[in-house]
Amino acid sequence: MKLDVRIHGRGGQGVVTAAELLSVAAFDQGLHAQALPSFGSERTGAPVTASCRISDRPIRSHDPVSHPDLVMVQDLTLLRDPAVLAGLPDDGTVLVNTRRDLADLARGGLVMGPAQHWVTVPANDLSRELLGRPLPNTALIGAVVGITGLLEPEAVAGSIRRRFAGLGEHVADANVRLAELAYDLVATQTRGSGTHA
Amino acid sequence: MRRQLEGSLAVADTVARCRPRVVAAYPISPQTHIVEALSELVASGGLAPCEYLTVESEFGALSACIGASAAGARTYTATASQGLLFMAEALPNASGLGLPMVMTVANRALGAPINIWNDHSDALSQRDAGWLMLFASSNQEAVDLHVQAFALSERTSLPVMVCMDGFVLTHAVEEVDVPEQEQVDAFLPDFHPRQSLDPDHPVTIGAMVGPEAFTEVKYLMAHRQLRALDEVSAVAQEFESAFGRTSGGLLQPYRTDGAELVVVALGSVLGSLADVVDELRDEGLAVGALGICCYRPWPFDEVRDALRGVTDVVVVNRAVAVGSGSILGQDVRLSAPRGTAVHDVVLGLGGRPVTRDVLRRLVLDVVTGRVGSDSLTFFDLDHDRAAAELARELADTVPANGGGS
Repeated sequence: MKLDVRIHGRGGQGVVTAAELLSVAAFDQGLHAQALPSFGSERTGAPVTASCRISDRPIRSHDPVSHPDLVMVQDLTLLRDPAVLAGLPDDGTVLVNTRRDLADLARGGLVMGPAQHWVTVPANDLSRELLGRPLPNTALIGAVVGITGLLEPEAVAGSIRRRFAGLGEHVADANVRLAELAYDLVATQTRGSGTHA
Repeated sequence: MRRQLEGSLAVADTVARCRPRVVAAYPISPQTHIVEALSELVASGGLAPCEYLTVESEFGALSACIGASAAGARTYTATASQGLLFMAEALPNASGLGLPMVMTVANRALGAPINIWNDHSDALSQRDAGWLMLFASSNQEAVDLHVQAFALSERTSLPVMVCMDGFVLTHAVEEVDVPEQEQVDAFLPDFHPRQSLDPDHPVTIGAMVGPEAFTEVKYLMAHRQLRALDEVSAVAQEFESAFGRTSGGLLQPYRTDGAELVVVALGSVLGSLADVVDELRDEGLAVGALGICCYRPWPFDEVRDALRGVTDVVVVNRAVAVGSGSILGQDVRLSAPRGTAVHDVVLGLGGRPVTRDVLRRLVLDVVTGRVGSDSLTFFDLDHDRAAAELARELADTVPANGGGS
C-alpha cells in the first residue's frame, strides 16, 4: 500500500504545510510517511511544489515524487503549466481548488484523461467563510482523506490541531472544520460522479 | 522516541542532547533551521549550560569554536555553501591544532551563479582541510552521526564534519528516532580535552613550527587521520550495541554480493539508489550500491575490498572539479582494483533532483555502453542548451563581416 502525493500551489497557500500535515497524520496512525518541500526562493504568490509519500513500508528514497498517485492543485491557474500533471498515470487523481465544476472546466479547455479521477473543492470559499482568508490547504487535506480513504479523519484532525495550536484554539478548530467540510463534499461528489475513488 | 519531524529540528534536538557548552554559528540557507532551533533551546533553558554566540560571520563562528574548544568546551557549529568557504582559513587550524568540535554542513552548491540548492561542492571543496567527514543518507542517520561525531571527535582529538543534503534532508519531514537524553549521556562521556588553555596551568597551543619539524608534524597529521578509520568503525559498532540500529561506519554496501556493476555515491541519494537496485535485481541485472559514509579519511582498503570482482563501477559525483574532472571519482579510481572500469558521472548539481528514473537510466546506459569510462560524463545535461551556448560563443570569436559590427 502506498500513496504518493504531489502538491502544487503558490507561496502563502500552505503547500509545504499541507505535505507536512498529511505525513504527520499518516505517521500518527502507524504508517510510514515523508514530506519533502522543493523550495525555491520563497516569495508570496510564486509557484511552490511539495511531495508527500505515505506507505505501509519504510520509505528510503528522498527524491521528489515524479509519478504521483494524486496531484493536489491549490491554484487553478497553475494547471496551465504542463509540469503540474507530469508523471500522473492514466488512472491518476487530480484534486483542484476551484468553485467551478468539472463540466465548466472542460468547457474552458481543460483536458482530463478519460480514466483519470478529477475532483473539485471550493477550498478558498470554505476558508474565507471560516477563517476570513483564502487558505485552502486544510480543506484540501480533508478532501484527500475523503478521496483516498487511506487516512483516518481523527488522525488528520489531530495533526491539524497540533500544527495550529500556537495560533489559538479557534484557528485550530476552524481548520479541522474545513477539513471535515471538504471531506463531506468529496464524499458527495465521488458518489455522484460514479468514478472510482 | 520516534517522531515525525523536520530533519533540521531532529538534528538540533540531538545536538542539544550531546550537551555542547558553546554553539557559535551564522545562519545560511539551508542550515538556518538547525541553528535557529538551537538558539531557541539555549534561550529557553532547554540546553544548559551552553553559551550561544551570535557572531558576525562564518569566519567568526569557526574562530570562536576554535577558541572554545581550546579552552576545553564541547563545541558545535553549522554552515553551508559559501559559509563553509568563509571558514576555510580557519578549518585547517581546527584540525591542525587537534581541536575536537562538530560541524553540520547542510550541503549546498557553491556559487557563482548563486544557487541555494543541494549538491556536494561545498564540503568536497574542503576535503583536504584535515577534518573527518561523514555523510548522512537519511535524517535518522544524520541524527545518529551527530552523536557518533562528538564521540569520534573527542576520542581522536580531531574536528568532525557531518554532511547532510540541504533541503533534501534538512527540510524533509520524516520519521526519526531522536535519541533520549539518558541514552546520549550513557554513550557520550564528559569531554576531557587532551590539553586546554587554563591561566593556572599555562600551555601554548598553536606555536610556530619551522622547516626543521613542519614535515614531521604534517606526517603525524596524515597518520592520525588514517588511524581515525578504526575509530569510525569502532564508534559505529558501539553505537549499534547501545542504540540497536546500524548507522554510520565507513561504508554501506547494498546488495554488492555477486554484483557486476556497483554504483558508488554519497548522501541522501542512497535511498533512491537502493530502490533502483532492488528493481534492477528483480529484472535480473547483477547490480549493487556502495554508500560512502566516511569520506575523510578515505577508506582506501575497504573500498578496494568492496569493489573486488566488480566489472563496472559507476561514481555519482554531485560536484565537479572544474579543469580536472570529478572529486569522489578520483578517490574511487585510487581504490578500484586493476581492470575495473570506472564510469565517472556528474549529476544532481545545484538541486537538480536525482530521481529513481534518472538513476535507473544511468545504470542501463552504462550496461548498454552509452556511458564511457575514459572521460567524465555530465549525465543529466541538457545537451541542446549547452551546445547552443557553445555555438554562440564560437560565433562570437569568429569575426563576422570582416570584423565590422
